[in-house]
Amino acid sequence: MTSQVSSPTTPEDPSSVAGVLGEQRKPAKETRRLDRVIIRFAGDSGDGMQLTGDRFTSETASFGNDLSTLPNFPAEIRAPAGTLPGVSSFQLHFADHDILTPGDAPNVLVAMNPAALKANLGDLPRGAEIIVNTDEFTKRAMQKVGYSANPLEDGSLEAYAVHPVPLTTLTLEALKDSGLARKDAERAKNMFALGLLSWMYHRPTDGTETFLRKKFAKKPEIAEANVAAYRAGWNFGETTEDFAVSYEVQPATSAFPAGTYRNISGNLALAYGLITAGQQTGLPLFLGSYPITPASDILHELSRHKNFGVRTFQAEDEIAAIGAALGAAFGGSLAVTTTSGPGVALKSETIGLAVSLELPLLVVDIQRGGPSTGLPTKTEQADLLQAMYGRNGEAPVPIVAPATPAECFTAALEAARIATVYRTPVFLLSDGYLANGSEPWRIPELDELPDLPVHFATVPNHTADDGSEAFWPYLRDPETLARPWAVPGTPGLEHRIGGIEKQDGTGNISYDPANHDFMVRTRQAKIDGIEVPDVVVDDPEGQARTLVLGWGSTYGPITAAVRRIRREGGHVAQAHLRHLNPFPKNLGEVLRGYDRVLVPEMNLGQLAHLLRAKYLVDARSYTQVTGLPFKAEQLAQAIVKESADV
Amino acid sequence: MSEALALVPKAEAKQSMKDFKSDQEVRWCPGCGDYAVLAAVQSFMPELELARENVVFVSGIGCSSRFPYYMNTYGMHSIHGRAPAIATGLAASRRDLSVWVVTGDGDALSIGGNHLIHALRRNVNLKILLFNNRIYGLTKGQYSPTSEVGKITKSTPMGSLDAPFNPVSLALGAEATFVARTIDSDRKHLQGVLRAAAAHPGTALVEIYQNCNIFNDGAFDALKERDTAQDALIHLEHGQPIRFGAPAPDGLGSKGVVRNAATGDLEVLDLAAEGADASRVLVHDAHAASPTTAFALSRLADADTLHRTPIGVLRDVIRPVYDTDMAEQLDQAVVQQGQGDLAKLLAGNDTWTVAG
Repeated sequence: MTSQVSSPTTPEDPSSVAGVLGEQRKPAKETRRLDRVIIRFAGDSGDGMQLTGDRFTSETASFGNDLSTLPNFPAEIRAPAGTLPGVSSFQLHFADHDILTPGDAPNVLVAMNPAALKANLGDLPRGAEIIVNTDEFTKRAMQKVGYSANPLEDGSLEAYAVHPVPLTTLTLEALKDSGLARKDAERAKNMFALGLLSWMYHRPTDGTETFLRKKFAKKPEIAEANVAAYRAGWNFGETTEDFAVSYEVQPATSAFPAGTYRNISGNLALAYGLITAGQQTGLPLFLGSYPITPASDILHELSRHKNFGVRTFQAEDEIAAIGAALGAAFGGSLAVTTTSGPGVALKSETIGLAVSLELPLLVVDIQRGGPSTGLPTKTEQADLLQAMYGRNGEAPVPIVAPATPAECFTAALEAARIATVYRTPVFLLSDGYLANGSEPWRIPELDELPDLPVHFATVPNHTADDGSEAFWPYLRDPETLARPWAVPGTPGLEHRIGGIEKQDGTGNISYDPANHDFMVRTRQAKIDGIEVPDVVVDDPEGQARTLVLGWGSTYGPITAAVRRIRREGGHVAQAHLRHLNPFPKNLGEVLRGYDRVLVPEMNLGQLAHLLRAKYLVDARSYTQVTGLPFKAEQLAQAIVKESADV
Repeated sequence: MSEALALVPKAEAKQSMKDFKSDQEVRWCPGCGDYAVLAAVQSFMPELELARENVVFVSGIGCSSRFPYYMNTYGMHSIHGRAPAIATGLAASRRDLSVWVVTGDGDALSIGGNHLIHALRRNVNLKILLFNNRIYGLTKGQYSPTSEVGKITKSTPMGSLDAPFNPVSLALGAEATFVARTIDSDRKHLQGVLRAAAAHPGTALVEIYQNCNIFNDGAFDALKERDTAQDALIHLEHGQPIRFGAPAPDGLGSKGVVRNAATGDLEVLDLAAEGADASRVLVHDAHAASPTTAFALSRLADADTLHRTPIGVLRDVIRPVYDTDMAEQLDQAVVQQGQGDLAKLLAGNDTWTVAG
């Protein structure tokens, strides 16, 4: 547990800025209480905005607020400096109550340069606070993004509360005795900004200082410079008259059930879910992967946990990545491949082989904007039909989809359950927003985790007429229709499997027409028969005539929109799918219980298409493919509009 | 037994060829060279004394890739070109298995070329048997990436245009640690090469010239017929001078492979010629650290006529084995980080508690 108030720092040097900071830990100025705040840090790709956002998030999480984040950055590692395409931002929404999204519009924008101001201004509501680094507002920098006059001086920002701060100058001044070269000292300006914001919102500071000292442990002078810049930012807020007020956002204690919490991003939760699935199944975890945005973090994370017996294999391509995973699955590993849409396209043939071999295999698709290379760093959920149908022949594959970053953990366990019980490849569809976004997560106790026992075949399962014993690799469990998993090394069960159609039972090659018809239908029946929980409808008053149905990462915005409508007296029901193949058994009945079914999706209506085809209901789409998540207000308006004639 | 098979359990009882025959009817065309290779492998396997259940054959797509169905071991007939990748995952996660890949010239060198070269450079404990018949058989007779230029086939009625791969040269260029070539009809030679491959720790590539009597009959006749073979085949044996051709008075071949001092390349010296110096003939060193000479040997063959084709083990060197090192990293991680503790992992370093 982290204490919620920092202790005074560096007592050995009470005269330093740190001493001042320590003594005046409680800001002396007027404090106002807020229930929630949305902050956006924006700067050049090289300005360290993601790090700044991460740190503010950690401070906020340890303070006990509920939170939701939205990192947004270009695909280029260092896009041209000072340009609009080069702007990288990090938005954080935190509150004293339960919240669901990173927020529609920032209350505070930190703009490190003219490009960051210009790129983000359109998202700000009137009255929002803007903290700008005036040092970067040179004529040339402004011209680069098309400002003919200085927006800080020409009155164009009148609607906002602008705080002009010479961040670079102040940082350099604070570090003048550090001995660092100007260029190195300047790079600490993001920590100055973080310090200032930490003062404004009463964030605990010790976590960031510890973090900086650890991150730069090999370069202590850089570590100390960053800490000094951070403290200077805090003190600047405390002393300068431009910042008259600071804000308190109380911990969201009542929003959370009792327990121990941490902040977690979707990709980290997913990686932990996979490791946990390995432990719960008792199988060694094998990951075959090829680097691809936004899935690579899972490969990075799993490669750090070899002490759990995790094997990570960076393959020569996407096809080899899933091939190696399938080979490991044949050998009895819990096999996983992680990728994004373009990688799924390359893996399709091997997924089809896994369908035919009926071996457990997890295919994790962190969806991004498409088609083709599309928008690598932006979010979308347009791979649903690819996961559902993107293979030759009748090749059904179960699909699970987490709704929030933390839910990526349970989704991994659920995918592993389905894969191992039903001996099938399983798609796990996350997306860029879930992958990089984060939220508080109640850390589960080990005894709360599901048991996922796996039983390999050990003895022959067929007795021939002459009494001889044999192993039939395609003799199915009558309930699950799963075939036995007999791993190499098991004496007496030697068998051959392949992608050619197999005879029911024996698994021998068969081109028999009736057998093929039977096998195609049986593979489909196996997937259709997978036990999944019923979909739960949230309709508190029971008066709603419109159902809003979502899947995946739209959960946050949809729930926030539904809450808004209800606050204003409207009635709308909400349901969210975590299983997209097979659908929950009660889904048809749920859909038919409402006069209008509205399906918001970050694609052109893929789930709606599936629902219409399967249930013959007039499911209506509300779609957006901007590479960004829905905004709650916009979604609320759309729901109201779509429900108006019901 | 070599390090390559040290972790594979041994058979409890003596085995015979029959133990490795599955109950499936073999469905290659009558007269296909694949029958000879299958028989050679089935009669060779008992020699390794491995528990049959710890042997796995993985194949891709093509005539030769039906091979696993006929072996009474574990097996997977996978998809076109991907067998080395699939076998890599299996071998890397199960060091107690002896994993064999069966592939063809189209499967390994065309659609699966990427996986082949990466398996070779990675040096996973795999034995790859590449059946090279210089034609696409299963799709009924299109030219392959080892077909000679100008090959007239159904897809190239005016002759093929692209230069062929020499699989041995390719493997040597891909950092392979074991590269050998043999011929379907010479069972003794084939089994000798298999023996060396099985003993090799890491990836072994064995190219097997294999006759397709339907679509490319006689492709290797120059290497098989008595009157041409002695001039066409260069038998390589480690530690022996590289000589071939009609026997000289000393009983060895009357031609020798020598290094051209000016270019550094290899060439053939007629030892019967006046003034020819037999001491210049190279002694084959399969264990040479540099692949240079092995590569030069592989280039002696005429791509068209196959004259001067070296067979035998061209290269057999020791380099760290991928799956061994992977397992060592897992052990090291436990030493450095301790046995994985799930509760600790999930909790991380920054937590807070909400009281009930």
